[in-house]
Amino acid sequence: MPAVPFDYHAPATLAEAVSLLGSLGEDAKPLAGGQSLLPLLTLRLVRPRAVVDLHRLDELRAVRRDGGTLEVGALVRHRALERGEGPLVLCPLLQEAAALIGNVRVRALGTIGGSLAHADPAAELPAAVRALDGTILVQGAAGARAIPAEEFFAGLLTTALRPDELLTAVRLPLPGPRTGHAVEEFSRRAGDFAIVAAFAVVQLDAAGRVAAARVALAGCGPTPRRLDAVERALVGLAPSEEEIRRVVAHRPLEIEPDSDVHASAAYRRHLAGVLTVRALARAAAGARAFGP
Amino acid sequence: MTELAIAFTLNGERRALRVPAHRTLLHVLRDDCGAVEVKEGCGEGVCGTCTVLLDGEPVSSCLVLAPRVAGRDVVTLRGLCEGDALHPLQEAFVAHGAAQCGFCTPGMILTAYALLRERPHPTRADVRRAIAGNLCRCTGYTKIVDAILAAAGPGEPRDGA
Ligand SMILES: Cc1cc2nc3c(=O)[nH]c(=O)nc-3n(C[C@H](O)[C@H](O)[C@H](O)COP(=O)(O)OP(=O)(O)OC[C@H]3O[C@@H](n4cnc5c(N)ncnc54)[C@H](O)[C@@H]3O)c2cc1C
Ligand code: FES
Ligand code: FES
Repeated sequence: MPAVPFDYHAPATLAEAVSLLGSLGEDAKPLAGGQSLLPLLTLRLVRPRAVVDLHRLDELRAVRRDGGTLEVGALVRHRALERGEGPLVLCPLLQEAAALIGNVRVRALGTIGGSLAHADPAAELPAAVRALDGTILVQGAAGARAIPAEEFFAGLLTTALRPDELLTAVRLPLPGPRTGHAVEEFSRRAGDFAIVAAFAVVQLDAAGRVAAARVALAGCGPTPRRLDAVERALVGLAPSEEEIRRVVAHRPLEIEPDSDVHASAAYRRHLAGVLTVRALARAAAGARAFGP
Repeated sequence: MTELAIAFTLNGERRALRVPAHRTLLHVLRDDCGAVEVKEGCGEGVCGTCTVLLDGEPVSSCLVLAPRVAGRDVVTLRGLCEGDALHPLQEAFVAHGAAQCGFCTPGMILTAYALLRERPHPTRADVRRAIAGNLCRCTGYTKIVDAILAAAGPGEPRDGA
């Protein structure tokens, strides 16, 4: 079905885009890769009066390394993340996560900013950015804000973005020495959204014990979840798979999975435990491969 | 509602037309350009029958707005043929019986074309991964994968997966 007709704007600068959104208010929708918005438009689930196409905003395409952080522009596409183009190669978790998104056509056009702004509870990149302790940079008529990922994801398909704000970039701390990453995902068919996915980062100390561990889950509630109790309990341990399994089994998983047509809450909870152990174990093995 | 003038190349030929901004590339190609080799399946980016190459990369034309193709290069299946001569991928699909109803075939071949340009001698696993987003309701995929590997010809060792 064709979308309901709308006014179309393609501003040439971020300032222009933000001021347009400010004047159009809730009636306007920004368009990035269109891989979530186009289906919503053609199914007529959203009927904006105006679409503000971001594709001319080259300033949102930049990837910059600045000391210990990587800043990834909102319009950087999944395919560039997957391939680890340029400095993106410094963030292997993002690479592994992006490779699991949809199909090659989705990855050719879909953007990191669009995925974070859309905030699908089963999406890879929001949970990956949570596991990486990322910060979301936004720009509105009233100025710029830097929002920790933890606060950015506010609920089901809901973020801290205001209607007149654009997501401009995501800032990620670069991994330190002896750090490993892993994504473990279960989906029913290639290209489907995950039922549950676990994103783990493990850093070891020189003695091979856990200095820091972070694990985030997609598909286990309205927003990506971090498993704080598991993360804390791992610190100081020699992370063999048995040890990780023991820790995960004895800590409550701070998740609230729902039952839906894809899976029951109980099955999601089961998957969460299994995938968390696998992701942490593989991340720890990756960290060990760096040597002392 | 916005209407705008766009110009782009379609299979090497320049096209200039006026389109409403809310029209998708799929409908521009089929309805305005007569490129009916581009098929409409799901209309939501899942099935791959509407695949075209946009500046060389496979995309779902059902998920691209018309204004986005201004100044860009679009290739449909027809763009792979040289006159009446079929592309080696098309020849391989015929030789291997990789098309039955044929509805998925244009998208399948364009996806394979993009894969072979990036990776001229893919493994069986590479091919399966590349076409995972192109659904076929007829063939069971085996003959499609065989055809793509045959078109690639012998090269680096294959994994036999
Ligand atoms: C068949 C199919 C399978 C898919 N499978 C997966 C999957 O397995 N995993 C997954 O994570 N995703 C999947 N996706 C979704 C895909 O990752 C999208 O690319 C992504 O969710 C949205 O990014 P986009 O750039 O296409 O954004 P758009 O579709 O353009 O926009 C999405 C939303 O974000 C808003 N928006 C976009 N950019 C900005 C910005 N810079 N600032 C403020 N608001 C903005 C838009 O207004 C809109 O509301 C799939 C999509 C399809 C069609
Ligand atoms: S019609 Fe475009 S992907 Fe199915
Ligand atoms: S040949 Fe019929 S769908 Fe593939």
